[in-house]
Amino acid sequence: MFRRLPEIETALNAAGHTVSFTIDGRPASARAGDSVTAALLANGVTACRTTPVSGAARGPYCMMGVCFDCLVTIDGTGNRQGCQVRVAPGMAVETQNGKREVER
Amino acid sequence: MSAPKFDFDIAVVGSGPAGLAAAALAASKGASVVLLDEQAEPGGQIYRAVTETPVRDRKVLGPDYWHGAELLGPLRDSGAVHWPGTIVWSVARPREDVADGHRPIQIGLSRNGAASMLTVRHVILATGALERPFPIPGWTLPGVLGAGAAQVLLKTSGLVPSGATVMAGSGPLLWLLAWQYLQAGVRIDAILDTTPKENWRAALPLLPGFLRSPYLGKGMKLMLEVRRKLTVIGNVTALRAEGAIGGDSALKSVVYTRNGAEHRLPADTLLLHHGVVPNLNLANATGCAQRWDEQQRCWRPTTDEWGATSVEGVSLAGDGAGIGGARAAAEAGRLAALDALHRLGRIGREQRDQLAVPHRAALDRALTGRAFLDTLYTPAEAFRAPADDTIVCRCEEITAGAVREAVRLGCSGPNQAKSFLRCGMGPCQGRLCGPTVTEVIAAERGVSPADVGYYRLRPPVKPITLAELAALPKTDADIDAVFKH
Repeated sequence: MFRRLPEIETALNAAGHTVSFTIDGRPASARAGDSVTAALLANGVTACRTTPVSGAARGPYCMMGVCFDCLVTIDGTGNRQGCQVRVAPGMAVETQNGKREVER
Repeated sequence: MSAPKFDFDIAVVGSGPAGLAAAALAASKGASVVLLDEQAEPGGQIYRAVTETPVRDRKVLGPDYWHGAELLGPLRDSGAVHWPGTIVWSVARPREDVADGHRPIQIGLSRNGAASMLTVRHVILATGALERPFPIPGWTLPGVLGAGAAQVLLKTSGLVPSGATVMAGSGPLLWLLAWQYLQAGVRIDAILDTTPKENWRAALPLLPGFLRSPYLGKGMKLMLEVRRKLTVIGNVTALRAEGAIGGDSALKSVVYTRNGAEHRLPADTLLLHHGVVPNLNLANATGCAQRWDEQQRCWRPTTDEWGATSVEGVSLAGDGAGIGGARAAAEAGRLAALDALHRLGRIGREQRDQLAVPHRAALDRALTGRAFLDTLYTPAEAFRAPADDTIVCRCEEITAGAVREAVRLGCSGPNQAKSFLRCGMGPCQGRLCGPTVTEVIAAERGVSPADVGYYRLRPPVKPITLAELAALPKTDADIDAVFKH
């Protein structure tokens, strides 16, 4: 579980530097500049996918683009590395079950 | 708007300290330089988000972090072209000679969702380090992250752990992160120190060298403050992360062994770290020879004193060529840049050697005491080659036991483990299992890791879609190669 440092959260809200997006269809909010993975963690989402091998739950591990455990579906495209993509207004982020589906 | 240029004298891959310094120096001497980097902003991992971090209170991340900002001015002034958000998936030399007898290097990259090829005469790989995989039972549970990952969350987003938090492992980064959390007012429930007691005996003879290190004082002060203010549990010899009983959806507790007895701590977040290793996938896939480094217990590409690899026109600088830290990386970047300028005929040999003198001296200073740290923080074998029930390949969910079984069936090294087990063949391309699989196979065979070899990696070193590849410009010869059979 992660939280924003209080002084950053306060400054963020005061300046309106927030981004509205959705997680599995639910409305959520993050800081402009957050990666999709950071935005998920800031919203209490620790597990972002299940594996194609055993179906086990996984969450981000490296935050620098090497482990591929933060894979999510972004705006309908599967297998995106959430830690390498910045969250954008209106973005639809979906947790990913198993392997990427054809045409997603 | 003019079309982007796809032809440069020098490409630098990675904008951490080595890449920033290399690009700035090479461009300042008149070479056309492009700096390619995955991230949106320069800094690499050590100076991640240094231009835009929301953590504005400078005492939290500390002076060594803010030092990174000093590398940005020279880059801006140098005339180097910076392409952030760019993934390099291939570095290769085409087979055919071009008219003037030179064989330029082609770099496959992906930018804004479109692939393109870049032509350069020299490439400096500054791909940096990644955290050494820390395989323990349960390390794949959500809630278990690398300490480096947690530090990225702090630097880029001001995010810190909440709930019960345990840090475990060894090495400078673990202490630095705990110290940064203290400055930010975040308390960690416990630090489980896995530094093996016997490492002290091996490291002591190297202590005089370390005492001359310019960074010693800072590191000691920081570690002592953490030890004074937080619960530090030493001599931890085994670790396990557990979810709820019968569930595997998230971390619930950390079990550790100390003096032969098991103890359990509730935990929502576990941050693991036991050092960093070179991020060598691109160098390996480019064909650069590499060797096993017994002291740092990792594979490192073979380089000369300028960073030149076994592949003509390809050099390495910074932690990607062997771990030396940020200050050493910047100096190695400058040395690689001077050598590239010399090879391109822009400066003579004497001028190169003369310009290199201060950088070589600074590099030596920055590396002072490194052997002590390497020896003290060598992870225990139990964490490098874990017990049978531990997943080593996170992508394909292959356990250490399965790797050992494959060895008994005749599997001789990591490359062979791919065909036995699909081990190392998932999306991370061996980055999170390579060092572990090397150690497990070597120990099981009773030989040195140098004898078992490593994964033979192939481009693309990062996933790229077929649509992107198909959209690359094609020559008639390319089309003939597909249709004429």
